[in-house]
Amino acid sequence: MSNTAYLYDAIRTPRSKGKKDGALHEVKPVALGACLLRELQCRHDLDTSYVDDVVMGCVMPTGEQGGDIAKTIVQFANWDESVAGVQLDRFCASGLEAVNLAAMKIASGWEDLVVAGGVESMSRVPMGASGGSWLNDPEISQYCTAVPQGIGADTIATLEGWTREDVDAYALESQRRAAYAQKNGFFDKSVVPILDCNNVVISSKDDFIKPNSTLEGLGALRPSFESLGAMGFDLLMQRKYPAIVKINHVHTPGNSSGIVDGASAVLIGSEKAGKDLRLSPRGRVVATAVLATDPTIMLLGPGPAARKVLARAKMQVSDIDLFEINEAFASVAMRFMKDLDISHEITNVCGGAIAMGHPLGATGAMLVSTLLDELERRNLKRGLIALCVGGGQGIATIIERV
Amino acid sequence: MSTNNIHGFIYEKDANDIAVVTMNMDGSVNAMNAQYRKAMSETVDKLYSEVSLRGVVFTSAKTTFFAGGDLKEMLSVRAGEEEQQFQQIQLIKHDLRRLEQMKVPVVAAINGAALGGGFEICLACNHRIMLNHPKVVIGFPEVTLGLLPGAGGVVRSVHMLGMEKSLPHLLEGLSLGPKAAIEAGYVDTLVDDADGLIEAAKTWIKSHSDDWQQPWDKKHHTIPGGDIWHPKIISMLAIAPAALFKKTRGLLPAPERILSLVGDTLAVDFDTALRIEARALAYLITTPQAKNIITSMFIQMNAIRRDASRPKNIGPNVVQKLGILGAGMMGQGIAYAAAIAGIDVVLKDVTKSAAEKGKQYTQKMLDKGISKGQLTAQQKDDILQKIKPSDSYQDLIGCDLIIEAVFEDLALKTKVIAQAQEVVGEKVIFATNTSTLPITQIASSVLLPERIIGIHFFSPVDKMPLIEIICGERSSEQTLAIAFDFVKQIKKTPIVVNDSLGFFTSRVFGTFMDEGARLLMDGLDPVLIESLAKQVGMPVGPLAVQDEVSQELSKKAAATHREMGVFCSLGDNSANVKVSERLIKEYSRGGRYHGGGYYNYAEDGSKAIWPKLYSLYHKPEVEISYQDIKDRILFRQVIESLKCLQEGVLRSVADGNIGSLLGIGAPKWTGGYIQFVNTYGLDNFIKRCDELVSLYGERFVAPKIVVEKAAQHQYFD
Repeated sequence: MSNTAYLYDAIRTPRSKGKKDGALHEVKPVALGACLLRELQCRHDLDTSYVDDVVMGCVMPTGEQGGDIAKTIVQFANWDESVAGVQLDRFCASGLEAVNLAAMKIASGWEDLVVAGGVESMSRVPMGASGGSWLNDPEISQYCTAVPQGIGADTIATLEGWTREDVDAYALESQRRAAYAQKNGFFDKSVVPILDCNNVVISSKDDFIKPNSTLEGLGALRPSFESLGAMGFDLLMQRKYPAIVKINHVHTPGNSSGIVDGASAVLIGSEKAGKDLRLSPRGRVVATAVLATDPTIMLLGPGPAARKVLARAKMQVSDIDLFEINEAFASVAMRFMKDLDISHEITNVCGGAIAMGHPLGATGAMLVSTLLDELERRNLKRGLIALCVGGGQGIATIIERV
Repeated sequence: MSTNNIHGFIYEKDANDIAVVTMNMDGSVNAMNAQYRKAMSETVDKLYSEVSLRGVVFTSAKTTFFAGGDLKEMLSVRAGEEEQQFQQIQLIKHDLRRLEQMKVPVVAAINGAALGGGFEICLACNHRIMLNHPKVVIGFPEVTLGLLPGAGGVVRSVHMLGMEKSLPHLLEGLSLGPKAAIEAGYVDTLVDDADGLIEAAKTWIKSHSDDWQQPWDKKHHTIPGGDIWHPKIISMLAIAPAALFKKTRGLLPAPERILSLVGDTLAVDFDTALRIEARALAYLITTPQAKNIITSMFIQMNAIRRDASRPKNIGPNVVQKLGILGAGMMGQGIAYAAAIAGIDVVLKDVTKSAAEKGKQYTQKMLDKGISKGQLTAQQKDDILQKIKPSDSYQDLIGCDLIIEAVFEDLALKTKVIAQAQEVVGEKVIFATNTSTLPITQIASSVLLPERIIGIHFFSPVDKMPLIEIICGERSSEQTLAIAFDFVKQIKKTPIVVNDSLGFFTSRVFGTFMDEGARLLMDGLDPVLIESLAKQVGMPVGPLAVQDEVSQELSKKAAATHREMGVFCSLGDNSANVKVSERLIKEYSRGGRYHGGGYYNYAEDGSKAIWPKLYSLYHKPEVEISYQDIKDRILFRQVIESLKCLQEGVLRSVADGNIGSLLGIGAPKWTGGYIQFVNTYGLDNFIKRCDELVSLYGERFVAPKIVVEKAAQHQYFD
């Protein structure tokens, strides 16, 4: 590959409950994104006219998030008018897809400096707002055997024989790690406070984490997808997986990713950009991969995607120091660890989306900042990020410090 | 009946368990100040502590219901105190929110004007009953002061009326009388009898014990007309910013914030919207624009209305009979203004027919009023009867005041005053209507100069709210008081200045046209000059204005000044004269009513820059930054205003601000040409003047008065 795609910085907003009583509900998605661009500009005294493009993932690109929100964010951040912006949607991978696309733009030598990230105000533009025939058009959804992801997650647990206690234990550990990391300031470097028009702080840290979680408390929560499954989705799943006697609905709000608001931004550029703007690289993108697996379970992509990216990078699992797998559901992360035969000790070491929430389009690039910070803090070299993606897709990216 | 008096609010619970809260705060009006915050909080606490309560009535012990926010308190808020303001606004909202969430009906018995914060209290009640009296009004004037209704006024309006219906009220800030308040949907019922108001409120409570929940707190509430997802709202929101810009040119942050906040209200839940509203008001309070507008249009305007510039210790005067010399455009306008104010007018001209013609103007104006349904045929006849057209000085006998409004010619003015004096006696007060001629000189040519004063009406008289009273060197205090009272009698705003070339308004206005001519001579595209003047906030560009004034008049005034030996004695306006004289001499372009000036005027009323102007002046290679062009236009006028203050032409800062705003179109956001300097910062102003001097010349030297004030860390008040 001709050019190295350097990671010059990676930042994010706090994540907050994606409901009307969440701290970030009053902040419009464009403002969430713009706050990060201004922060990048401010931190690096950035000549924004140097930036070629701003790529932003967003999974519900309608209403306030419609109309190429990336370009609107560029303008609202008052960046140079020469800067372009594009919104993309690869479901939950959108944020990481933005990073990967930006890396490719740099690697190809056709652009020199790109911001990649994502934005999702789930409180203001709720899930499902943008529609989509894969779920909403009977002809299409019948043909494709569409089943809600949660049932897919329950199916994974059923197939693996994981009990409610197993997935709750995973969730508890996510909470514990996230609370510990936050308490010890591991996120401080990358989390940018959100201010109002008077520079009064609206939110300065993740507030979705529940440090007082217990196994008993988690165990008391009702399964989220049982009634949905009973409506017929379980049978649809069993048509594809006839060996399953009964789907064990183990996933609850306590062991699934939280609905939150948030945004992320990663500054990715060429060596030339770094020299021209006096930026020091924190890391580089080693390789990227995307693929698709069974669309009905829908959540099996991360493992194969990780294998694919490792092959692309000519690396082994053992070459990776830390892993970040998006905790869409506990069973997804557990299946990922099983697929790669890796320990929880090196996976999601600061907790994940079960504790902190999963702001759909923003999450992928948030994981870049979390992983980069942690590699630096532990003085390790290399990390791998993976997410499960709608339609059975999987995405993975390897980054390393330089 | 149980009584518990909270300081400022009288709390009484009757035998039927209905609490009546009568707001009776210290001072002449109820206002949203520290006393209110404490009283309301204690009141709501007390209401919640009641064991048996059937309902609550809010009313006022004053002639007004509630006056709104405490603007003096707001003026004292400095940049950097936004967070504290935000918290304070949140507390006010919190108590109103608690009030409306009580499980008994709460009724506002609106017995007097409920504006701004006062009406916000009403909206936090479940039901609004209004006294049907012309003096009882409701509304949100905040926008006119650079603010927004921050105690729930925006959010509750949207949730009550929907976006389309609430937006005009929030953006225009007009007061609504009882009928309009009902039509708007803001008020539920009218009561004709003031004594029956509380009873009507109690009756409603008794029959509506279940109506304690606000619509927006009910399950399944939706905003009337739809929220941000509604296709019709989406298309209206797309157009609204452009429609607003058409009115404000982007110079006023308050309406823009209000519109943004309405958008936010349509996107988030009620309580979140309230919080955003608090942030928005906290933001606006410290903007220079709000400070400017509140200082001039509220504080200083009120001072002027309360006779700040009128001599003290002279009793009030009422003009019963007014004489007007000259029934031309100004004379007839003055006659109309006086007659509708109930004053008997003798409108005298050289011939009876000329005087009759002058009276016809009033008839025409009244007919217009009738066709608009603003007055009756009987009222028209009564007003018309007040004007007596005349060709004889004899008819002026008995006048309390005579206004001379003949052509702008010193000798002519002196002559008619002297002639009138011969008949009516020299003790009658004479006011001479002029925009430029020296009052002292006119007065010195007639008897009893202390009884002569200048009174500068603006054209058209019926539309222009300002009158500039000019004291000659020998005008007496008594004469000034009579002129001042007369101006108020005809419902205009008086400013008082001392006699000097061009007085205040014409002198400053002259610099506007002069700078336009200089920008033209520098080679700029005339279209650019006009556009950037409007971008500063001038109502029209300097070239268009010169055409209206007419190059002929500018030339004539210059000739008079040369004759008097005072040409450009106070400041260099020669560029404008030079261009005007050239346009007339070489191209016969004397102004709009002389067949065209800088512009060509088409029959359909449209106009376009006279093409020849380009070959005469335009140098495409000349580049001056937009900011410099805008500042040249603004700073020339500001500097001239400061000079007027320095030289004592202006007697007060307030007169300078109000005079520039109402008389010569100073942009509203500046708060007037002197207030502008306060928020621009005196040091910044001096620095910018220095830059403009080095680039464009000595006319931008910062006047001594600013330098001295800045050195003493003072500002203009």
